[in-house]
Amino acid sequence: MKKKLPWILISPTLAMITIFFIAAVIITIPLAFTNMGLSFKWTFNGIQNFESFMRDPLIPTVIINTFIFVALTLTLFNFGMALLLSLLTTSINDKWGNFFRTIWMLPRITPSVVFGLLWLWIFDPGSDGLLNILLRFIGIGQQDIFHHAPMVLIVLANGYVGASMGMMIFSSAIKSIPIEYYRAASVDGAGWFYTTRRITLPLIKWHLLFITTYETLSLFTSYEYIYIITNGGPVNMTNVWALYTYQTAFSNFSFGYAAALSLVLVAVGIVTGFIYLKGINIQTNTKNIEL
Amino acid sequence: MAKTGELNFFNKHSKGIFNFFAYMILIIVTIPIIIAYLWLIMRSFSTDMNGFIPVGLTLANWSFLWKSNSNIGLPNIWIITLNTLLLAIGVAAINLFLASISGFAFSRFNFKGNKSLLLLLLLLHAFPTIALMVSIFYILNAIHLLNTLWGVILLTSSMDLPWDIWIIKGFYDSIPAELEWAGVVDGYSRIAVWWKVLIPNIKHGLFVIGIFEFLAGWSQFIFVTTFIFNNSYWTLSQYVYTALGDYRFANYGLLTAISVWYIIPVALLFAVAGKYLTQMSLGGVKG
Repeated sequence: MKKKLPWILISPTLAMITIFFIAAVIITIPLAFTNMGLSFKWTFNGIQNFESFMRDPLIPTVIINTFIFVALTLTLFNFGMALLLSLLTTSINDKWGNFFRTIWMLPRITPSVVFGLLWLWIFDPGSDGLLNILLRFIGIGQQDIFHHAPMVLIVLANGYVGASMGMMIFSSAIKSIPIEYYRAASVDGAGWFYTTRRITLPLIKWHLLFITTYETLSLFTSYEYIYIITNGGPVNMTNVWALYTYQTAFSNFSFGYAAALSLVLVAVGIVTGFIYLKGINIQTNTKNIEL
Repeated sequence: MAKTGELNFFNKHSKGIFNFFAYMILIIVTIPIIIAYLWLIMRSFSTDMNGFIPVGLTLANWSFLWKSNSNIGLPNIWIITLNTLLLAIGVAAINLFLASISGFAFSRFNFKGNKSLLLLLLLLHAFPTIALMVSIFYILNAIHLLNTLWGVILLTSSMDLPWDIWIIKGFYDSIPAELEWAGVVDGYSRIAVWWKVLIPNIKHGLFVIGIFEFLAGWSQFIFVTTFIFNNSYWTLSQYVYTALGDYRFANYGLLTAISVWYIIPVALLFAVAGKYLTQMSLGGVKG
């Protein structure tokens, strides 16, 4: 009985994890070598799906879009804005710093469809949208970014959600740096830029590295906001690998081909997992320092 | 370095100058968020907007609450809201129960495979859902949970379970073992001690998990839109999404009103516990 008790306690969890996670990972692999559709028939077709990669005219567009989307969102927001926010909010009055960080949490806890609506309004091609109201105010004519440069919209929407993760990690890392370092530097007459470059950044180096890697992979697999705002359009201008996989599965119902596309994402998932393990170690180490 | 008396103008005011620029930058990047949410609320109560100025206070946009919207292809809002509530409560209840018993097992029992299972959970947490969507469709179909609210409830729970277990295990770990042994010496079973001694001590953790899982269920979109076809099982996310598809750039009155209706629980949480959010959700939600 004593030996069985823990297993009884974790058995429902194990059952759920096995059905929805482990079985799903295992099924994806053979599925990638079939041409399964909505009939759910296992007809194996060798490596045909992978040969289709080469012939699929959309794949090059999707790869380029994915690269642009990940690179821009990461540098400008998930890393860049996150670092800017954490450096500034930890340098000003604590109460106001917390206020700004709290506001930035709002996009993260807002349901995705509502957040999508906000960005669609901001970039409304007509005269009602925020951007066009502002442009009219400063005397520039109406712009239609939604149809001409939709990637801007996608990067901003994902960025305003994504920046808060790095912001939180960086801010808590910065706060755990002993205040004496800064006192000593300020006695020596060092200014903000100097202390940031010589004290703050070197001490949160590992957090910067962790967020960069983690967010790169996380952006590579994200598609929810793109699906809501443009669904990859207009004419595939914002279609990325993860969204293309989703559309192949649930718009075209080519499950076999979608599974082949997913395998690339599975590989990314495994790498993310290991990086995450490393990240957790960093987190716990920081806490120890703090205590 | 220098004595206070010898500072020049810039040195003397450098803190003030720095603060000025810091606040300016923070305000510029943050203001779009504030404006967008203010617009959302104001627009839902007005007939039109002249720039940012609401024109004509009205409740007409909110008529979806008492009038049928089947003529524009939207099902009854109350059924949809009830579904959303069921999904949110279902996910919260399942995860609270499973995380509290599994966390107990992982924290207090030294069974074979304890450590490796915990690591496996962490790996799974980082796994992107998109990589599994096709197989999940196949699995849900095979176990007859496709196009059911239960399928979405179990799926959403499973995806968050690994992280919840880790959080709750951390809370168990911080309770001294002596507290538990005292109960066991008094003749209580492990389960009785768990219920009477440990659970009251981890109630903060359970509270955080409960709120976050409620919101995770409440906001769930991708699983609902992919695995539910019958519009009587929709939740609010799919309802707003459908309206967004038909009325984007057109009927902001209706869109903002149903969106505000949808984010009421989120707004409540933000108003009550906003300032704790940055601490509570560290890593809890994927970005």
